[in-house]
Amino acid sequence: MSELAGTIPGKGGFSFDLCRRNDMLVSKGLKPPSFLKTGTTIVGLIFQDGVILGADTRATEGPIVADKNCEKIHYMAPNIYCCGAGTAADTEAVTDMVSSQLKLHRYHTGRESRVVTALTLLKSHLFSYQGHVSAALVLGGVDVTGPHLHTIYPHGSTDTLPFATMGSGSLAAMAIFESKYREGLTRDEGVKLVAEAICSGIFNDLGSGSNVDICVITKGKQEYLRNYLLPNPRTYVSEKGYTFSKKTEVLFTKITPLRELVEVIEAGDAMEE
Amino acid sequence: VTNSAPSMINLIGSESDSQRTLYPYVTGTSVVGIKYKDGILLAADMGGSYGSTLRYKTVERLKTVGKHSIIGASGEISDFQEIMRNLDELILYDNMWDDGNSLGPKEVHNYLTRMMYNRRNKFNPLWNSLVLGGVKNGQKYLGTVSMIGVHYEDNHVATGFGNHLARPLLRDEWHADMTFEEGVKLLEKCMRVLLYRDRSAVNKLQIAKITEEGVTISQPYALKTFWNFSAFQNPTAGAEGSW
Repeated sequence: MSELAGTIPGKGGFSFDLCRRNDMLVSKGLKPPSFLKTGTTIVGLIFQDGVILGADTRATEGPIVADKNCEKIHYMAPNIYCCGAGTAADTEAVTDMVSSQLKLHRYHTGRESRVVTALTLLKSHLFSYQGHVSAALVLGGVDVTGPHLHTIYPHGSTDTLPFATMGSGSLAAMAIFESKYREGLTRDEGVKLVAEAICSGIFNDLGSGSNVDICVITKGKQEYLRNYLLPNPRTYVSEKGYTFSKKTEVLFTKITPLRELVEVIEAGDAMEE
Repeated sequence: VTNSAPSMINLIGSESDSQRTLYPYVTGTSVVGIKYKDGILLAADMGGSYGSTLRYKTVERLKTVGKHSIIGASGEISDFQEIMRNLDELILYDNMWDDGNSLGPKEVHNYLTRMMYNRRNKFNPLWNSLVLGGVKNGQKYLGTVSMIGVHYEDNHVATGFGNHLARPLLRDEWHADMTFEEGVKLLEKCMRVLLYRDRSAVNKLQIAKITEEGVTISQPYALKTFWNFSAFQNPTAGAEGSW
């Protein structure tokens, strides 16, 4: 009987070996490196035919914008996508890992992946790392049992919701959802509402910015609308263009050959004495 | 109150801690305010929380100041009562001049700013975020002061959680010269989102209106809420063990 990926939990989980050494370094005054975070707005909502996910595209490293147009909607399966907030490396790694586990599972079972499978794989991984894998996810997809939308927190808890927001811009986006969401939205209404919520995050939260990505998942079909809206275009570009002044002129060339090597042979052999 | 040299050195020490505010105890949550066609509208709920207990449910956090202004406060309720004592005294002395002039919202806002900033400089703040709105001689004014003295005026302001949940909605949907009905509808929308998403909110709110004619503070009432999304009826249908 072949072993399924993930059926036997390995000796994984957070290793506390280096914690004492790290605490000692911090007390001596070492500043730990800042992470590339996706201070973010990510949202999801269920509409009449499926699920719509949305995300902004700004990745920050402290106060600096490290990536103006990163991709926060990750592929998990043809019918399941996952938005990630928190530490960028953690969201990438954990979604990639579960995506490959799901693929192996599809080969093994011969069936389309279910959203609860991805949910369980993600939550058990995050729980075993006790919150140190800083990934806050919005997981959405449509499988044989219907459309599903879940949020997953870094410590491993999950919620099942009709609409969800995560990230630093989640309050701004949630204000839009709480006031405008209703059941049975059409595709166009849903996309409009998701775009509005992400724009609310982009313009009202400093950790989110740049563009809006949207992914619409319905039974048998998904549409990944990368850069669906670009509400922050670069407005000023100098018409004159950029020229650089002339390089330094060569006025005078003189080449001096290096002196020839002259061998000096001392009279008598030094070793004789 | 004189400060002898030793206790000055120990300004942030344990002895002088009993003389200054370190944490708030009974607190009010957000206040939201907007300018509309005829004046200013403020909204606040009537909750006073004692830590994580919703202890008091009939706390009036919107009050009149003189003829031309209304004030809304979030944060420590006892400090708000102290501020009201100071403001009432200020208005009283102003009336005693009996010269036909009365303090307008700009002046009251400036007084509050000085009061809050000076207390902050003494490391003994009045633990409040205030919203001050009013109309005088046709001029509408809406401003805010925080416990550290940060102050500004704008067409729409909010304190506390209102900044995160209500300001985005106001930035999208506020426009100049809204009617009274439109203004109340917008404020109720903001208060409803706060009721859903702020743990210290209670469903009992007042709306205060000030125009050139005068002040009206409404009777307390409750907002309608909706909990019947189908995903809420059976949330763990697909995922046993989650919620």
